[in-house]
Amino acid sequence: MKPEEIRDKLTASLGAAEYTPGPGDAAITVPVDRWHEAATVLRRDPDLDFDFLRSLSGVDRPAVGKIEVVCHLLSYRHRHTIVLKTGIDRSAPAVPTLSDVWPAANWHERELYDLFGVNVTSHPDLRRLLLPEDWVGHPLRKDYKEPDSYRGIPMQRPQTAAEAVTPPAAPEKP
Amino acid sequence: MDPYIERSPDGAVAIGTLDSLLNLARKNSEWYLLFATACCGIELMQTGGPRTDADRFGFVFRPTPRQADTIILAGTITYKMASRVRLLYEQMAEPRYVISMGSCANTGGPFYDSYPVVKGGDLILPVDVYVAGCPPRPEALIEALMLVQDKMAREPWLRKARGRWPDPKDPWPQPSAVLGSCAAAAKGPTPKG
Ligand code: SF4
Repeated sequence: MKPEEIRDKLTASLGAAEYTPGPGDAAITVPVDRWHEAATVLRRDPDLDFDFLRSLSGVDRPAVGKIEVVCHLLSYRHRHTIVLKTGIDRSAPAVPTLSDVWPAANWHERELYDLFGVNVTSHPDLRRLLLPEDWVGHPLRKDYKEPDSYRGIPMQRPQTAAEAVTPPAAPEKP
Repeated sequence: MDPYIERSPDGAVAIGTLDSLLNLARKNSEWYLLFATACCGIELMQTGGPRTDADRFGFVFRPTPRQADTIILAGTITYKMASRVRLLYEQMAEPRYVISMGSCANTGGPFYDSYPVVKGGDLILPVDVYVAGCPPRPEALIEALMLVQDKMAREPWLRKARGRWPDPKDPWPQPSAVLGSCAAAAKGPTPKG
């Protein structure tokens, strides 16, 4: 199926959606309240049948005050691809989970939460994925500031011998 | 210290301290922990493989820290991994040694400006030998393991464990100046980036 036909099929059941033809995969942008519905249509409609979630990622756009959530989809059956996008408010980012549509979205969304701080609503297990649980901040935000240290480990190498740290001594033998 | 050797027509008798005997054993059975965190681990496997054959020096890998003498920091260490690395180290029995293998474990290497990477294994463990390279060749790693052997031979562990060494009055040599200055040079200023 051509990307335009996919768009027409989606807008027939969803209403208007923004469409960007691309040199690569064409993209369809939907408002966040249609996000889950759009995913369900793309997954369940037998003519679309996007059975493979290739990736779910985020893009931080502080200039427009948005975080974009981007899904790359592929259908093995029909051999067609599409990109599904939504923009969410950067100050209180929240997006509904797609893990009931594609189980693979579970960890992708945990990563989205971990690195962008997007609150994925009704996610079964929303914890950090790659960074430690007690990490502060979301590093792929453009305004992320690296702290000086994490659990006593400095985040820069000492620049002079005087600043050199000694690793904690081994615990005393009883 | 070198043992005193008395030769006779049927052989020889060596007389030395208990420390030299222990060191001989320690040195020739330097078991390392089979542990790697990134691509340097591939070169670590290669070092144990048939071409370089680290076995012939007594470097045998152990899958558990309880049996290992040396931990080789082979690869990038992330902050999430740091506490696990530290835990592995603390499970090893003393005397224990640390080799920092490759740019990542030395300083953070190519990932210096990245948020999750520890900027050098020496920020979390006391490193004995640093190996440069990305990744270091197996020969370089073997040399590092042999430098640790050297360090073992200079350390009378029995005396050290009882708090009697280093001691200026002890005839056993003092900690090597050469090894000491190597460590100091490696800890010196590091250009950013
Ligand atoms: S030093 Fe190079 S080879 Fe070794 S872990 Fe780092 S990037 Fe990989």
